[in-house]
Amino acid sequence: MGLRYLQPAPGFKEYLPKDYVDLIDFGPFGKTDQLDATKLGQFKEIVEEHPMCAGCFMAYFVRVFYASLPNPEDTIVLGTAGCARLALSQAAVPFIYGNYGDTNAVASGLTRALKLRFPDKTKDVVAIAGDGGLMDIGFSMTMHSWFRKEKFTTIMVDNEVYGNTGGQESGMSPKGVQLKMAPKGKKFDKIPATELAKQAGCVYVAKLAPTNVKRMAKVIRRAILAAREFGPTFIHAYTSCNIEYSIPTEEVLKDAREREKKDFGFEEYMTDEVRQYLEEIEKKEKANK
Amino acid sequence: MPEQKVVDIDYLLLEAPRERKFITGAQAMAEAVKRANVDMAIAYPITPQSEVMHLVGDLYAQGYLKDYYRAEEEYGTMSAIAGASRAGVRVFTATSGPGLLRGIEAIASWPGHRIPAVLGVLTRVVNAPLSIQPDNIELAYLLHSGIILLHAENQQDVFDMTLAAFAISEMVDVYIPVAVATEGFFVTHAKGYVEMTPEDMKLPPRDPYKAPVPVTDCEVPPARIQRDAPVQKSNFMSYLIHAVWQQEVWASNMRAMKYIYKYLGGPIEVVNPDADVFVVASGCAAAQGREAVRYAQQEGLNVGLVKIKSIRPFPVNEVREALKNAKAAIIPEHNIEGWLSKEVKAAIPNSGIVTDGPRVYGGMTLPVELIMEEIYKALGIKQEKKVVI
Repeated sequence: MGLRYLQPAPGFKEYLPKDYVDLIDFGPFGKTDQLDATKLGQFKEIVEEHPMCAGCFMAYFVRVFYASLPNPEDTIVLGTAGCARLALSQAAVPFIYGNYGDTNAVASGLTRALKLRFPDKTKDVVAIAGDGGLMDIGFSMTMHSWFRKEKFTTIMVDNEVYGNTGGQESGMSPKGVQLKMAPKGKKFDKIPATELAKQAGCVYVAKLAPTNVKRMAKVIRRAILAAREFGPTFIHAYTSCNIEYSIPTEEVLKDAREREKKDFGFEEYMTDEVRQYLEEIEKKEKANK
Repeated sequence: MPEQKVVDIDYLLLEAPRERKFITGAQAMAEAVKRANVDMAIAYPITPQSEVMHLVGDLYAQGYLKDYYRAEEEYGTMSAIAGASRAGVRVFTATSGPGLLRGIEAIASWPGHRIPAVLGVLTRVVNAPLSIQPDNIELAYLLHSGIILLHAENQQDVFDMTLAAFAISEMVDVYIPVAVATEGFFVTHAKGYVEMTPEDMKLPPRDPYKAPVPVTDCEVPPARIQRDAPVQKSNFMSYLIHAVWQQEVWASNMRAMKYIYKYLGGPIEVVNPDADVFVVASGCAAAQGREAVRYAQQEGLNVGLVKIKSIRPFPVNEVREALKNAKAAIIPEHNIEGWLSKEVKAAIPNSGIVTDGPRVYGGMTLPVELIMEEIYKALGIKQEKKVVI
């Protein structure tokens, strides 16, 4: 049904808020051609208002994420405590905000149940959470959802800190960085999240700094398409915290580019069957254009 | 697996023919799941719960359930149960003692998330030093969560309460989870007679659209809604939303009472209502209380039993009424803290009649003689000459 449940009943449309009507008329729902994420700001977006900090790269990533969904009318997003959910929860796509670090367990139950109820329909499930949610408090649930080959996408928006609780060290903070709860500096390296994902059985794994919007959109779309058919997929995105790391607002992109050169260079891994599957889809799409 | 036909809830729970079987409490819980048209179960092992979830796994292998898996641990289990229930399927899991506490952050959020689900609680010691034996202190942690909590005395109760729990949990005016608790080993691993409905009948499937809040399946309006308190809006809004939502959760809990009357014969059972002295008990302790009443009758003493079946909602009015003329209320429990005693004292105006105990804990048995001692004390009988056989 997806699309139909969003459409206002005849005669009801004129009484709906303009924001909702615009979303139906000019938003991404039901568009067979994907909206072009490079044109953010020129079309009605799934998320617009959010209370995140000026210069927050995570907020930008979340906007790109919603503009890249292959099937927004049949997508469910899960999040957990942290900065990302501030924007995720204000999007026009159903959002589940559960308990601390539970995204990948809730998504496991949800994905399986949707498959039982709608075996012939596409329902995309995406868990999008921070470094703390996925690699610290939710670590075992993240890993086990991958071991079990649960068919949904996990996206880690890695700001290398607990931004929402006031700037504490996370497992993804770089070694040596001085943060709250690491008053003498962090003693160990960033958790090798993408390596763990590959070892645990993710069929598509990508690591990126959000410097190239076209590539971000492509990666998000690929991860979601691959999860439908083959198994767990994972994206590790650097989304700096300009507050806790004191990055001047106008320099967040510069910082991202520097990190891209240093330790966030673009990486993409996929199994052979995923590669073949995506190539076929993308070839067809190109031909249609 | 026999072909199962769907029958009306009221017919299955109240009218269907019953056949008597001699089975364990764990089997009784699984037999109820078999007849409940459950879509999905998620298991994580802990003694003494494991037996229940092994049997439910067998049901899945036979085709009674559509999905089943062993989760990573209880927090993952309880979170995945929430996810599956939100997507609109009927779910079941069970746990014990430390497992319940490991999962409790998720469990305590189920009512607020309006998750209809059934949770088996097969009680076990929680605190150090370690023991795997039955002690029901863990139920104290559930009392403040908003979940409906039924406490089974024996294998028959386990069957009846578990089957009814699925029906009650999904009632539109309830729509919160139901926990069915019983003592580990004493009930789960011991056999008793259970009158069971036919194997080839099951409850109607869950109708996910018969709900006070929409399921999350991208099929049902209103769109653009989240079920969670938008704490980011403003502090005032978050206070308000949380407050009214929790009021509704607890009102839902109270509204379950009418279904407890309908399907379980009420939240309490009273034996010898005109007694001077009552044993007030739940779960396994109620079985020992029942024995104490029998001993007392043999000795010509006027002793009654108030068995409390529903701990949440707590039957305040019913307990008040049952104890209004009592001279003493003796409350035997399988835990050190005496949570039932506190509940009863808070409910009745004449709380001075309550005797706190006897209590056993760490998994000890509860000899009837301990209850008899309190009965003699309450009746002013010197007990040295009393030898109970």
